[in-house]
Amino acid sequence: MIELDRAGRSFKVKRALVHAVRDLSFRVEPGEFVGYLGPNGAGKSTTIKMLCGILTPTSGRVRVAGLDPSRRRTTLARRIGVVFGQRTTLWWDLPLKDSFELIRLLYKVDRKVFRERLDELVETLDLAEFLRTPVRQLSLGQRMRGDLTAALLHAPDVLVLDEPTIGLDVISKNSIRAFLLRVNAERGTTVLLTTHDLGDIERLCRRVMVIDHGRLAFDGSLEQLMATSPEETIEEVVTRLYTRAGQ
Amino acid sequence: MVRTYALLAWTWTRAAAAYPVSFALMVVFGFALAAVDVGVILVVFANTTSLAGFTRPEVLFLYGAANIAFSSVDMCVGNIDRISQHIKAGTFDAFLIRPASTWVQTTVDRFTPTRIGRVLQAVIVLGVAMAELDVPWQRVWMVPVMIATAMVIFASLWTLAGALQFVVTDAPEVCNAFTYGGGQLSQYPFSVYGRDLVRGVTYVVPLAFINWQPGLYVLGRDDPFGTPGFLRFAGPLAALLLALLAALAWRQGVRRYRSTGS
Ligand SMILES: Nc1ncnc2c1ncn2[C@@H]1O[C@H](COP(=O)(O)OP(=O)(O)OP(=O)(O)O)[C@@H](O)[C@H]1O
Ligand SMILES: [Mg+2]
Repeated sequence: MIELDRAGRSFKVKRALVHAVRDLSFRVEPGEFVGYLGPNGAGKSTTIKMLCGILTPTSGRVRVAGLDPSRRRTTLARRIGVVFGQRTTLWWDLPLKDSFELIRLLYKVDRKVFRERLDELVETLDLAEFLRTPVRQLSLGQRMRGDLTAALLHAPDVLVLDEPTIGLDVISKNSIRAFLLRVNAERGTTVLLTTHDLGDIERLCRRVMVIDHGRLAFDGSLEQLMATSPEETIEEVVTRLYTRAGQ
Repeated sequence: MVRTYALLAWTWTRAAAAYPVSFALMVVFGFALAAVDVGVILVVFANTTSLAGFTRPEVLFLYGAANIAFSSVDMCVGNIDRISQHIKAGTFDAFLIRPASTWVQTTVDRFTPTRIGRVLQAVIVLGVAMAELDVPWQRVWMVPVMIATAMVIFASLWTLAGALQFVVTDAPEVCNAFTYGGGQLSQYPFSVYGRDLVRGVTYVVPLAFINWQPGLYVLGRDDPFGTPGFLRFAGPLAALLLALLAALAWRQGVRRYRSTGS
């Protein structure tokens, strides 16, 4: 479903070249639920932007659902759902309801199918109260649920989430986690998510990838990750992995 | 592309209609502001019968035709000059994840039909001028062709200016010089300008095809600068070439987009 082959992306910053991602190769099969970890500045967001066609890779090959994201961007857009926890992709000045309606039109979702999906999403993510509120007036958690809904209205095959639980309270976090698990289990949607909340990883991800300085530092199941060192908690394991990779 | 544009424009219009008073005021204000322009032309002709060799209805004809194109493109494509903010803030990301052309999404972003006042005013001016001019019917076909050509040229200039923002993120003013400057320039007969400037806007930036060259044909005039006669009909070709260039530049610009770090 997702395939990277020695993919790299560098940025020119004041004549120097910053390698945000380099020589990165991995595969994600359909139906997997993968956690994508790494310290700040490791290259997680850059990878995700390459997956959805926002950034063109400067080297190597990226394929999502068999498509080259930067060249077949609009075709891919119908099959991928993207959420950036840091920033909304909804229309800032429009009520949530209008944003969803625009999405229906842009993605050409059948009206009846759309109604059913929207009702279900509004019910599970508890959004009914905010449908008439302009996006700029929503709180972070409310907005995040709006963004999640928007990313799922066209029933994508792949869902990529960049810090979807950032700044959420315990209850919202739990409801979003439960919801993601359901989407993955019932629809078979492939999910790739980045997070700094290790609870997300423990609860959700069967497979974990750790990236640092643009390179893959670990790739395996959650159990394998825990077995890499004698420490007990996931925090300790990850701390060790981050510091080791940093050297 | 047209469908997507229309759908998005409609959504924004509905959102704007939530504030009907401010909407109506903007339309009236735009209309009045444009009327001042025409006032200036009329004042000039109160003291003279010709401006650089052109009579009052002829000047009004050129003014009306240029402004129909300019104002409607300003309304429909002009929002592209917000692109520099989108690039700097990284909000262009949101356009890239949708299954629609980034150009359409950028140009229609926050569409308001308030500038319709200016378009209406230009239509009235053109209508009055045409009625006074009595253009022979064999040449009237050039009028819609000329307005369509002008629209394509203006839209291309705006797009080129927008594409440039991906390379130099701090130059929205330079771009306005092209688009608004071009609009201003095309309102008057080119014979009021110097020969070198007119050469530049004929052969380098094809502003002369917006209005001046086809206008000469409609008015049955020879070019005071003596350019060859086939140029009167070269407008659509020049517009097409410019549009292709603009499309290419936009594509390249989007590929260069680097988002932001957070
Ligand atoms: N648009 C950009 N221009 C210049 N440098 C960039 C840009 N985007 C990212 N970078 C650089 O690339 C590196 C990776 O950034 P990225 O945003 O991918 O990190 P991340 O893993 O998402 O970090 P975080 O956990 O803090 O979100 C950083 O060193 C960053 O400075
Ligand atoms: Mg990030």
